[in-house]
Amino acid sequence: MGGMLWLIVLLPLMGAAVNGFFGKNLPKPAVYAVALGSTGLSFALAVLAFMELVAMPADARVVNNVIYDWITAGDLNVAVNFLLDPLSGLWMLVVTGVGFLIHVYSVGYMSHDRTFWKFFSYLNLFMFSMLMLVLGGNFLLMFIGWEGVGLCSYLLIGYDYHRTAAAVAGKKAFVMNRIGDFGFILAIMLIFVVFGTLDYHGVFSQAHEKLVAGGTVVTAITLLLFLGATGKSAQIPLYTWLPDAMEGPTPVSALIHAATMVTAGVYMLCRTSILFNMAPFTMTVVAVIGCATAVFAATIGLFQKDIKRVLAYSTVSQLGYMFMACGVGAYVAAAFHVMTHAFFKACLFLGSGSVIHSMGGEQNMEKMGALKKHMPQTYWTFLISTLAIAGIFPFAGFFSKDEILAETFGSGHTALWVIATVAAGVTAFYMFRAVFLTFHGKSRVDHEVEHHLHESPYVMTLPLIILAFLATVGGFLGIPIIEGANVLHNFLGPVFAQGAEHAAEHGGGHSLELELGLMGLSLGVAITGIALAYYFFLKNPAAAERMQKSYQGIHTLVFNKYYIDELYDWLFTRPIVRASREILHKIVDVQIIDGLVNGVASFFMGLSSVARRLQSGLIRDYALTMAVAFVLLAGFYLWGGR
Amino acid sequence: MVLPIVDFGAVAPELALTVFACLLLFAGVFLKENGRAVNPWLALAGVLVASAYAACPAEPHVSFSGMYAADRFTQFFKLMFLLGTGLTILISAKYSDDERINHGEYYALLLFATVGMMIMAAGSDMIVIFLGLELLSISLYALAGYTRMRAESNEAALKYFLLGGFAAGFLLYGMALIYGSTGHTGLFGIAKAVSHGSPNYTLLTIGSILLLVGLGFKVAAVPFHQWTPDVYQGSPVPVTAFMSAGPKAAVLAVMIRVFEQSVAFMNVDWTAWITVLAVMTMTVGNIAALVQTDAKRMLAFSSISHAGYAMVGLAAANKGGISAVLLYMLVYTFMNIGAFGILALVARKGEQRTRMADFTGFAYTNPGLAVVMTILVFSLAGIPPMAGFIAKFYIFMSAVEAGQYFLVFAAVVNSAIGIYYYLRFTVYMYMKDPAEQLPPLKASVGLLLALVISLYGVLRLGVAPGPYLEMAAKALLSF
Amino acid sequence: MLNQYVPVFVMTLAACGTAVAMIVLTSLIGPKKEFDDKMEPFECGVSPVADPKARFSVRFYIIAMLFILFDIEAVFLFPWAVVFRELGMFGFVEMMVFLGVLGVGLVYVWKKGALEWE
Repeated sequence: MGGMLWLIVLLPLMGAAVNGFFGKNLPKPAVYAVALGSTGLSFALAVLAFMELVAMPADARVVNNVIYDWITAGDLNVAVNFLLDPLSGLWMLVVTGVGFLIHVYSVGYMSHDRTFWKFFSYLNLFMFSMLMLVLGGNFLLMFIGWEGVGLCSYLLIGYDYHRTAAAVAGKKAFVMNRIGDFGFILAIMLIFVVFGTLDYHGVFSQAHEKLVAGGTVVTAITLLLFLGATGKSAQIPLYTWLPDAMEGPTPVSALIHAATMVTAGVYMLCRTSILFNMAPFTMTVVAVIGCATAVFAATIGLFQKDIKRVLAYSTVSQLGYMFMACGVGAYVAAAFHVMTHAFFKACLFLGSGSVIHSMGGEQNMEKMGALKKHMPQTYWTFLISTLAIAGIFPFAGFFSKDEILAETFGSGHTALWVIATVAAGVTAFYMFRAVFLTFHGKSRVDHEVEHHLHESPYVMTLPLIILAFLATVGGFLGIPIIEGANVLHNFLGPVFAQGAEHAAEHGGGHSLELELGLMGLSLGVAITGIALAYYFFLKNPAAAERMQKSYQGIHTLVFNKYYIDELYDWLFTRPIVRASREILHKIVDVQIIDGLVNGVASFFMGLSSVARRLQSGLIRDYALTMAVAFVLLAGFYLWGGR
Repeated sequence: MVLPIVDFGAVAPELALTVFACLLLFAGVFLKENGRAVNPWLALAGVLVASAYAACPAEPHVSFSGMYAADRFTQFFKLMFLLGTGLTILISAKYSDDERINHGEYYALLLFATVGMMIMAAGSDMIVIFLGLELLSISLYALAGYTRMRAESNEAALKYFLLGGFAAGFLLYGMALIYGSTGHTGLFGIAKAVSHGSPNYTLLTIGSILLLVGLGFKVAAVPFHQWTPDVYQGSPVPVTAFMSAGPKAAVLAVMIRVFEQSVAFMNVDWTAWITVLAVMTMTVGNIAALVQTDAKRMLAFSSISHAGYAMVGLAAANKGGISAVLLYMLVYTFMNIGAFGILALVARKGEQRTRMADFTGFAYTNPGLAVVMTILVFSLAGIPPMAGFIAKFYIFMSAVEAGQYFLVFAAVVNSAIGIYYYLRFTVYMYMKDPAEQLPPLKASVGLLLALVISLYGVLRLGVAPGPYLEMAAKALLSF
Repeated sequence: MLNQYVPVFVMTLAACGTAVAMIVLTSLIGPKKEFDDKMEPFECGVSPVADPKARFSVRFYIIAMLFILFDIEAVFLFPWAVVFRELGMFGFVEMMVFLGVLGVGLVYVWKKGALEWE
């Protein structure tokens, strides 16, 4: 079965190729059959492979499948190999399983789309890249998948290119991701310099020989890797692309920007946990940034009006939790939360998609309300998932989030724990705000739209129900307290056992009373959040407005996402665009000259005039440049060089 | 009197190309208007015959009294040049019909230029190298101005000619100084003189710098690059495609031979020069490309930056670096000529439409070609799993191995910037609707064939580069 | 070895020296009476009718270039003829190839009409 791994990866690619090249001329059912067939088959094979993995003895659960030598030259030897172990197995199941469900859902959601074949082709291509990322057995393959998912994400965000916002958002996502990739590729090169190989096994088995724990090199490598992760997984400071990515179709948001791609950073950290464990400084950075992102994004989520943007910020926030977990060494908890998050967040997104579909494209929650009676299935699944994300017992999110909080507390990061717990309350608050605004209260729906309100077709609600079910029971894979009942921990544990101090002591680490106390506390916080949301948005909506009025400044600040986008625009985008235009473009826009007022600008202007004069189109100037350059080179040698 | 032994094996591809070029000249004057369709195919036949000769494995040796190397290094480059020329001929076929330049002379000049490149790559004597370079350059001057009804084309030719002459002066002066200080023009002789004798180091260094300036001009390294945008923009599109790949590779071959083989023994850190040039070349090329609105000009700047990447491998100055340069130029030949081929199609008759904006809605009028263009452009940007990524990765790795961390950093930053302007092609092709109704574009057989080859190269070298890597590595064995 | 060239060197020096001495001496000793007609460029005794910087037809250049080309061909033939016997068959074939290449050029040029004046 291990030999089938390549097939799991390749099937979606074949589906993408068939639909991409011939989809235009194929009948609709054939396109569906190709897209669903390839992903479904991939999922089935993944399940089989996973079962085989489980059947293996606990400490030997590794399948390394070398397909062929990819790059062999001198010292550099990179194979195309796929690695299946509990960690990649878990991700593989989530990717293929949730991916398949979202494909099914898309059949309903994209049924009116003109170029649906293209959509499915991209979606399949994404699955391929993501599986490549997860199953690849060396850093370079992971990088390929990494770039691939970025590319697909770009294509899919900009899918509805008719809207400028979508095209711009796609580009923003790609460029932001490239900043992260830049860190990743540098890390890969550094790893190669140190280890002489890029294979996971080769690197990790030599980690303790070749690197000094806490040394500069390992810190540099891990920080660069983490830079890559912040880009892909939307952490501070590179998170701003994710909310904008909501311009993509909703199934895309569910699959890529909630369940799978954005967790790639977490996967990378888990995969390289050996290196991270050797770099305490990086661990602290990861934990702090994760925690900061969690609370920061949660507060932005408070006042968003667009239902998808609320979910987007909650995704950023939940990813923050996962990184915080990694940062305190609780990789199992992080992986656990990735899994449960995939279930409930995919369900939430698909639910919101169902609502938007029914509302004829309206995404503003202020124009919804009382949709409960129109679309009961959507409502109930949405509610279950919201309970899960809020961390209410016994839904999945409760267990995973609690584990993260407990681990954080247990590892002594009390400050982080306090902030994260507060953020959990905020999460409960704004998620229930979304539920109440959308499904309860008085209907604020336009009359035109009201007539068309309908429950979504079966093909859309079925995935919702399955995901809601998983969001309900998924948590029981990781029951805390009772020894041995934490299936997930026993399963994933061996992957992180190597050189990990934190993860190993979980389970017996802290007392039963403490754990129960922490649970009770986080449950209390969550319920408080829900109650507040109930008070403000159902019971007494006027109070919400009064609050908003009295804290106008804060509200404006938060509503505008702390002006981070504007800040980036001002700090990076504009100067770069301006400088390049100024320095190198022959024609200077009068407005830009007017806009240049300070010293930096005049410096650029000086440079620009020089550069413009250099690229004058006159042969004598070109010749002069060459001669001057020669004189400089020779002069450097004669008087400066030696 | 000792007669030279004529080693036909060493020059067989050159001879074949010369014969075919002469045939094409005759075709140019004897064929009637309606017989001209045969020109590209005749040229292509020449390329194929030459390739057959070049592909024959010969025992590495140096012939013609040590002036002409017939080793694997030469063989690799010869095949690469022939590939580039073949692709250029394929994309020229329709273009030259449209522009009414389907003369035998056009193809003959392409073949002569190729012979020049081959002589450069094979030359292990500075005089031979110079001869090859001049043969190449003069052919290129003429080709740049071939669409003589267009003012830009004339401008390009004249600029290229005058500045090229100027640069040749530097080159010759450098060669003269090197000869003066070592007493040799042959690279082996120079190497021996440098390592055993006691040459005048100041003269030798100044000579090498002059040589570098002359070669830097040809490879369009910053700050000797300024002719490039003007000339590339003015020249006919297929000629621009041709100029951006083969000749650059030829100059890099010369740089490798001269600097690795001879000057390397010198007590001067010459890699520092190359490092400076490489960083400037990448950065200026990339940043200037950012603001271009004309696709041809943008590709010109992008080709500057690509030469910069290749020079990173040269600066690494290790086996890996050199074979990475070889691979890089091969990959670049595949992807760049393909991209120019599509540009030639989009530009339509008279090259009226070479702006980026003219790609608007290309994905709707020609979805298949748009996919090909996307793949080629992504490869240029260095996105895996396209070949461009492998090539870049390989280059960067060699620089890492050489401990040139600053260089790697600069290169990685640059390749991150690069994505931005390459992405604009896809934005225009896929994300904008065509503004005006134009007659549909139809790719000719030649163009399609060229694109199939490009695509094969880009994907094959990206997914399974094994044999090619081996070829590139083996090319260095005879050093 | 260089001694052999001493007479040549002396000869050159003497020739140049005489020429320079003549010019210098005439300009030093000779009377200078300048007037407009005298300062005009000498054109066979006739008053100048056109600007001396006239443009030539491009045909002159083409003919000149072709002349140089085939002139050099002839120059190569002389040393070849001197050692023809020593070179033997090899030398003959080589020169024929060289002439052949130039012949191709000639045919091309001829056919192209570059040798026609009109």
